[in-house]
Amino acid sequence: MNRQRLGSWLFFGTLVSALLLMLVPLPLVLEPFKPYWPALCLLYWSLESEDRVTLGLAFAVGIAADLLNGVVLGEQALRLCALVFIALRFRSRLRFFPMWQQSLAVLVLLLNDRILLLIVRVLAGGSLPPGSWWISPFVGAALWPFLFLLFDDLRARLRIQ
Amino acid sequence: MARTRDESSPLFAGNAAGTLRLIVYLALAMVLMVLDQRNGWLWRLRYTAAVVVEPVYRLAGLPAVGIHMLSSAFGDRQQLTEQNQRLREDLLLANARLNQMAAVAEQNQRLKQLLDTRRSLGLKVQLARVIGVDLGAYRYRLTLNVGARDGVKPGQPVIDAHGVMGQVREVLPTTSVVMLLTDPAHAIPVVIARSGLRTVAYGSRDGEQLTLPDIPLAADVRVGDQLLTSGVGGRFPPGFPVGEIRAVATAATGMFMVAQARPAADLNRSDEVLLLHDQAEPDGPPALLPPMGPPGDLAPGTGDKPAANAGRAVPPVAGPTRRSVPGGVTR
Repeated sequence: MNRQRLGSWLFFGTLVSALLLMLVPLPLVLEPFKPYWPALCLLYWSLESEDRVTLGLAFAVGIAADLLNGVVLGEQALRLCALVFIALRFRSRLRFFPMWQQSLAVLVLLLNDRILLLIVRVLAGGSLPPGSWWISPFVGAALWPFLFLLFDDLRARLRIQ
Repeated sequence: MARTRDESSPLFAGNAAGTLRLIVYLALAMVLMVLDQRNGWLWRLRYTAAVVVEPVYRLAGLPAVGIHMLSSAFGDRQQLTEQNQRLREDLLLANARLNQMAAVAEQNQRLKQLLDTRRSLGLKVQLARVIGVDLGAYRYRLTLNVGARDGVKPGQPVIDAHGVMGQVREVLPTTSVVMLLTDPAHAIPVVIARSGLRTVAYGSRDGEQLTLPDIPLAADVRVGDQLLTSGVGGRFPPGFPVGEIRAVATAATGMFMVAQARPAADLNRSDEVLLLHDQAEPDGPPALLPPMGPPGDLAPGTGDKPAANAGRAVPPVAGPTRRSVPGGVTR
């Protein structure tokens, strides 16, 4: 039972720290390279621990991220719901991909997420973002293997299912 | 370890229930977005959520504060000496300017008194600190550490040592969000200092510059011209530096000239900013003068016909005290 509690602590801890990391400012030069942490974190847990991540959780995390970011309420909820839905739908296949293929899949998911965001912003009357805006998914995909190994290692150390 | 596959994660086939839930959640998110965009009741929710959000902002701002402290703690001697030297020179220069400005301000005050204008030179300002929080992919906003409890109101101009930065957009209990000049949705009425031409400066798409898209073709605008706030519209007080013209070209339509300007304020570096408190009086027709005339109760026949005074709704008890007020003005 204690293990289980530790497991949920780790789970929610990673989600909260992903939200915090999203808020931490970077120097102006590095700003476009910042990956979308909540998406990466949710992706890991939806691939590795099927019963924890649901669409409702993705929605809740998205609403929290919207409140923190001060953007239109529901924007990130929409994006994260779509992302988690696709990840859960193809979960069984994604899990058995080799790492580089998994990274490519993550890249496609994150690019899809950016396109969704672009559609939402343009529909809301925003302007088109500069070209550097598209770098972030690539950084996220490049970081994916390391994040995956880090989380796996953490879970192995703490013996969490 | 062999894992048994359950129905919730089929290998290929999708299940209808999951799709239905996705559609429900997406619809919910869209409804929320539309409601929030329309600026309905959702701002109340935001205001309440600020209780939770603000500590998180402080927490997320900690790394930036830590790096700042580290850099000042471990900055090498050479750098500190140079910085000290530079600051001394700046202080000397600023003091000299200040003395000069004091004389000018005094002269200005005297002239204004001569002209009997009611505008005062003294600005009521409030110092605020920028919280280092990244608000999304577009960098057009700042978060300040003052909020409704410190008397901040939406629409207050925000300036730094070099010029106008923007205006307060949202106020939460102890923080507030500033919309920068370079936000594409922002516009500020400006006047070109050299020629006196009045126009409007908009934010631009890349978030670094200001765009002045509708300058008449015949107007006299050159690279290097200073832009000041014109005070038209009443939101920003007149005379604050806004930017400097960097490029002038004819618009694609050939009807106007388009100029690009660089903001005068240090939008990326400012740590501390000033919030202006006394908002400029809106330029427009002056307020209606109160009706002049003899006091109402001195008018003949007031006691007989109270209906004559009904428009002013004066209670009869106030009669004797109103004698001292010239013109019988009721406030």
